[in-house]
Amino acid sequence: MSKKTEEHGVDLRGTLISVFFVGIVIIAMWVAVYLMYVAR
Amino acid sequence: MIAAKDRKIALWNIGVAYTAFLIGTLCGLLQVFIRNDALQLPAWLDYYQILTAHGVLLALIYTAFFIFGFFVTGMSKTLGTFGPKVWLFSWIGFWVTLAGTVLATIMIVSGEASVLYTFYAPLKASGWYYVGLALYVVGTWISSFALIAHYLVWRKAHKGEMSPLFAFMTIATLVLWLIACLGVVATVLFQYIPWAFGWTDTINVELSRSLFWYFGHPLVYFWLLPAYMAWYLIVPKLLGVKVFSDSLARLSFVLFILFSIPVGFHHQLTEPGISNFWKFLQVVLTFMVIVPSLMTAFSMFATFETSGRKKGAKGLFGWFAMLPWKDVRFTSIFIAMAFFIPGGAGGIINASFQLNEVVHNTLWIVGHFHITVGTPVAMTFMGMTFWLIPYLTGRKFTKSMQTLGFVQIITWSIGMLLMSTAQHVLGLLGAPRRTAYSSYNNHPAALEWFDGILTSHVTMAIGGSILFISAMMLMYIVVMTMFLSPKAEKPEDIVEFPLADSDRESSPKFLENWKIWIGIAFALILIAYAIPLSSMIQHAPPGSEGLKTW
Amino acid sequence: MHLHKYEKIWLAFGVAALVVFLSVVGVSAFSHDHTPAGGMETIDPKKVNETAPFDKPGVTQLDDNTYQVAVVSMAFGYNAPELKVPAGKEIIFKVTSTDVVHSFTIDNTKVNLMVVPGQITTKSYTFEKPGKYLILCNEYCGTGHHLMYNEIEVY
Repeated sequence: MSKKTEEHGVDLRGTLISVFFVGIVIIAMWVAVYLMYVAR
Repeated sequence: MIAAKDRKIALWNIGVAYTAFLIGTLCGLLQVFIRNDALQLPAWLDYYQILTAHGVLLALIYTAFFIFGFFVTGMSKTLGTFGPKVWLFSWIGFWVTLAGTVLATIMIVSGEASVLYTFYAPLKASGWYYVGLALYVVGTWISSFALIAHYLVWRKAHKGEMSPLFAFMTIATLVLWLIACLGVVATVLFQYIPWAFGWTDTINVELSRSLFWYFGHPLVYFWLLPAYMAWYLIVPKLLGVKVFSDSLARLSFVLFILFSIPVGFHHQLTEPGISNFWKFLQVVLTFMVIVPSLMTAFSMFATFETSGRKKGAKGLFGWFAMLPWKDVRFTSIFIAMAFFIPGGAGGIINASFQLNEVVHNTLWIVGHFHITVGTPVAMTFMGMTFWLIPYLTGRKFTKSMQTLGFVQIITWSIGMLLMSTAQHVLGLLGAPRRTAYSSYNNHPAALEWFDGILTSHVTMAIGGSILFISAMMLMYIVVMTMFLSPKAEKPEDIVEFPLADSDRESSPKFLENWKIWIGIAFALILIAYAIPLSSMIQHAPPGSEGLKTW
Repeated sequence: MHLHKYEKIWLAFGVAALVVFLSVVGVSAFSHDHTPAGGMETIDPKKVNETAPFDKPGVTQLDDNTYQVAVVSMAFGYNAPELKVPAGKEIIFKVTSTDVVHSFTIDNTKVNLMVVPGQITTKSYTFEKPGKYLILCNEYCGTGHHLMYNEIEVY
């Protein structure tokens, strides 16, 4: 565990994975509508 | 508990909010059945009149009054009891806002203002409708300045100290609101009112639209930021931890002041009169305002994980099971956050310049704001209602109320999931928004939209009906906790205002230097708006006369 | 004010995604002419019917590969007789209004534009597939808003 992680005293690996899940939802929705735009 | 006379201001604000909520949600129910062709309105009532009432009462009235009720309570709690002047002006602000609300509502009900809540010229409502809107804004300004004065008194008495995070966030939200309203005040006072009363013949339509949207986008952040306040300040308390980072919370609110205003053109991407350069510049600025929301997402998960691990959670996601799912105050807000993930993602799509052509003014947009303001914001407010009203009235939030609260938020989630998913898909297929029942003379393209199981009128009607039932359950909880539930006599029955601690001493001082942030905000507004707005005035076509097409 | 290492990773990722989104739409818009509808031309809303090209609304062939379609919107319909255009050719739509704000939206295409009185909205589009396309108004314009529609035939 890095020093900075220790500063907050907790392990935030779950948080990192969770926000990346949010990121993937954003990217997936955006790409889907972008492809619809291109197809029209 | 805060002083009785401060509680009274808060309770009256919340009371008006829920009166608007009751009528507004009823209008929503009528709408889905008209669109379904299952309901014929009497001749004196029109679909668009109901749509106007639904939008105005829920988006403008419910939100603003609830927000002021929340702010008054929190400011009195964190900074101390209101002085006589703050108290007086909070009441004056309340009554002026209410007067504006009542005037505008009368105009809508009497059919003189079926212009929807965006009131685009040259649709011309009765001049009194615009006077009502102006009074509404002025009233909120008076209430805002009362709270700002309360804050300034505290600052004077606590020189060199960072203010409590609740007060900081309240002031940031009010600063945003005051700057945002300049646009709508300008257009209503100098364009709509003189024109609607016949003192001027014509109106510059494109300018009025742009001034409206200068206001219209930060308006949505005026709804969102109080919800974010609950996420940042209430949730950690419910989880038994501190605010994840005081300084990052403050920084994200500062970024909202800077970037939520110079972005209104992203609502006008498919219209003439604004060159592509200025549209795209504001698209870029719109993308900047996504960053503080990304920061908020991280802070929320970090709060959950910190709390779970403190309670001994193991593994990557053990903390998830440790969250207080049986606490309706938490679960409501958690669901609100979950809805904001697709809600926010949809917003990024809407603002993506030419992609807007796929979704502009389709039912997608209706779906979008029902999973942004209609759930993340509204359900956060619902979750707050469960403790805010009992806290203010000193009544119990009984076991049966808690159970009903769960049923209420779960039905709201199901109803919204059905309705908004149907709306998103229908919008992508091309079905327009803001329309009464129409099959476009049974055009095959229009019939196809509603042919699916999810995209049928039935799904929307079921979703809408569930939402209305949920809204009525909430009204029952509101009435009970406000007037009828037993008084909390025993200490364990007393309902608290859950407010988390934050390490404010460690936050850098410049974050609370409002002059810097307001200065930069105005600089960005000038960059984004000065040239396109002045060209709209200089190169204005002959103006438009007003029309009443309803 | 310090950021957790993971928060730095998250924000870097998020900002990178936003930069990619902006670059994709920006490049597609400005170097491949995929800008949304717009235009800076103005018109006297009371003199639409006597101002070119709206004095003769409908389809005009500009050259071998380009057609112009002039449409006058009004509550509650579109004045644009005989809307028939070829597939595979560039169609330049020019739309204005004689009264309130409307939209001119062709189902299942990129043509979805706001019509503002006093302004002329321009949008260039090439139809790929022949067929009859529904045109409708998706901006509230009054009691008959939901009855405001038309059809364009692509051959």
